[in-house]
Amino acid sequence: MGDISLPVLKGVSLSIGRGEMVALTGVSGSGKSTLMNILGCLDRPTGGEYWLDGTEISKLDNDGRADIRNKKIGFVFQNFNLLARTTALENVIMPLGYTAAHLSQKQMIEAGKAMLERVGLADRMDHEPSRLSGGQQQRVAIARALVNKPQILFADEPTGNLDTRMSDEIMRLFREINEKEGVTIVLVTHEMDVAMSAKRIIKLVDGEIATDELVEGR
Amino acid sequence: MKKYRLIKSALISICRNPTRTILTTLGIVIGISSVIALMEIGNGASEVLAKNFAEMGANTLRVFPGSIIRGGVNSGTAARANLTIKDLNAILRNCPSVEKGTPFLSVRGQVVYGGKNWNPYFISGANEDYFEIAGRKVEEGEPFTAMHVRRGSKVCLVGETIVRELYGGESPVGKDLRIQNVVFKVIGVLKAKGANMMGMDQDDCVIAPWTAVRMRLRGAGSTSLSSAGTTTTVESSTAATDTYVGSVSLYAPKLPNMPPVRFGNVDSFLLSAVSADAVYKAINEVALTLRESHKLDDSVDDDFRIRAMAEFADMLKSSTKTTTNLLLCVALISLVVGGVGIMNIMLVSVTERTREIGLRMAVGARGSDILKQFLIESIVICLVGGIIGIFAGHAFSLLMSHFMGWPVAVSYVAIVISFGVSALVGIVFGYYPAWKAARLDPIEALRYE
Repeated sequence: MGDISLPVLKGVSLSIGRGEMVALTGVSGSGKSTLMNILGCLDRPTGGEYWLDGTEISKLDNDGRADIRNKKIGFVFQNFNLLARTTALENVIMPLGYTAAHLSQKQMIEAGKAMLERVGLADRMDHEPSRLSGGQQQRVAIARALVNKPQILFADEPTGNLDTRMSDEIMRLFREINEKEGVTIVLVTHEMDVAMSAKRIIKLVDGEIATDELVEGR
Repeated sequence: MKKYRLIKSALISICRNPTRTILTTLGIVIGISSVIALMEIGNGASEVLAKNFAEMGANTLRVFPGSIIRGGVNSGTAARANLTIKDLNAILRNCPSVEKGTPFLSVRGQVVYGGKNWNPYFISGANEDYFEIAGRKVEEGEPFTAMHVRRGSKVCLVGETIVRELYGGESPVGKDLRIQNVVFKVIGVLKAKGANMMGMDQDDCVIAPWTAVRMRLRGAGSTSLSSAGTTTTVESSTAATDTYVGSVSLYAPKLPNMPPVRFGNVDSFLLSAVSADAVYKAINEVALTLRESHKLDDSVDDDFRIRAMAEFADMLKSSTKTTTNLLLCVALISLVVGGVGIMNIMLVSVTERTREIGLRMAVGARGSDILKQFLIESIVICLVGGIIGIFAGHAFSLLMSHFMGWPVAVSYVAIVISFGVSALVGIVFGYYPAWKAARLDPIEALRYE
């Protein structure tokens, strides 16, 4: 937005395979959020290429990227970003309203219910976010991210606002989704123990990949 | 996104903040209801105005005989005696813009009751339609009827001034009135009308069936050429109750010095057009009819004159228009204020929901989806406000008419326009905030605190 150009990422070359679970780590300002925004099709790189599932994303316009986000990508945020005064179920089916025109209202609700059951919140469907705990809210957010059956899930500090017990729960859920459904997961975190849940850890330092290693034993 | 889903999600987000929605809607409700109330009260007022003007004679026209030039001397208006009852019948038959018509003749003379006498401003003869055409109401007693006219009955109605001067304010109904020494029976009193625009006292009058005036009084229907004053006292009926003319009814008695004037000749016609707007049309129709019945070919000028209170009609039109426009301006201002209120709230709403917008964009909403969502929200608010406003405005004007006695006329045009305008306000004032929302960058919107 500013007038001064400030390179954040410098020559990052990275490829993530289908079904991987990758953690992006690094200190604040290392460029991990920028990288995630580009990978999540929220932002466009000023230079270079980004191929996602055979599509060159950096050449797409805003609407094209919006469609990609809707069909292929799910997001989980640090602060959950649930719609206030809206039930868990309605929060979950919200993305379906945008492109899933082929689904009827009933099918949408069915899909939403299935997702909430999947994350273990079958008994909280009619609850509004204010009546849910942090962990439950994050699970609603995960259900929402998965409702479109995306191939890739981006989680930006998903455990940042949760205590350790909740964090473990959420991370277990992520692993489950990754292993059972083959959804590619990209985690952004600066907590090492969270990053250790992933299969591969990429550490960014000053906009460059410092290390890229597989986690042992996983 | 499907339309009904858009509308549904707009409704949901409107309902999520009911207080704010109600306050926003209030601006439109007030705007629209003031449009409706003002239009209805204004319509009522202009209807009353039109009625008042009609009573003042805005829709009446008079037909006079034309002038005649003899020996280089122009006699001026109403010199001939060429308007006959036949002409009037032809007019009533052939002119669709003329609603009613009456012959009209006036005489001057002393009226006497008991020991008092008075010279009324006019003693006139007309038919039973006169009262409606001239907008005269009968305060007491009855107007004379077609039967009285046909029979030439010696009955009359008097104005308030006569009642005051001759009868000392007591009811004259059933009493005698001697006009030119002919005894008429007073059967009614005309409602007071005051002076007309020329300052003439309109209550200083006596109205009788034109046949009676024509037959029994001197100088009636006989303009200068037809030698006034020659029909001397035809009969000397003294019985006040004699409302029936013995042997003669419609034809004048053959007297040796009777001028060559047909009995059917009258001084003028008083006609009413179907409406004040139709006066000009009526003038043309009457002129055509009279030219035909007088057998005038194209080279000859009219032998009659038609006068209408045309300025009245024009004034009526322009004053009604001005009033309506003025009211519309006032109402429009309040609508604009309401619209700005909507824009204000929608802008706040966009700012407040920046995160939500970011999230919706992250899960795949296009800019156009966001634009539509906010636009539909403001349109829904405006339309709901408009509908409530229509009812509120109507209720308000009914209340006004109930408690203040103001006349009210429902304006369906105003209702339709208000509905359209409120939708338009929603679009116009909702567009900028919606456009702002659609242009947000999802990354920044998501980070917005």
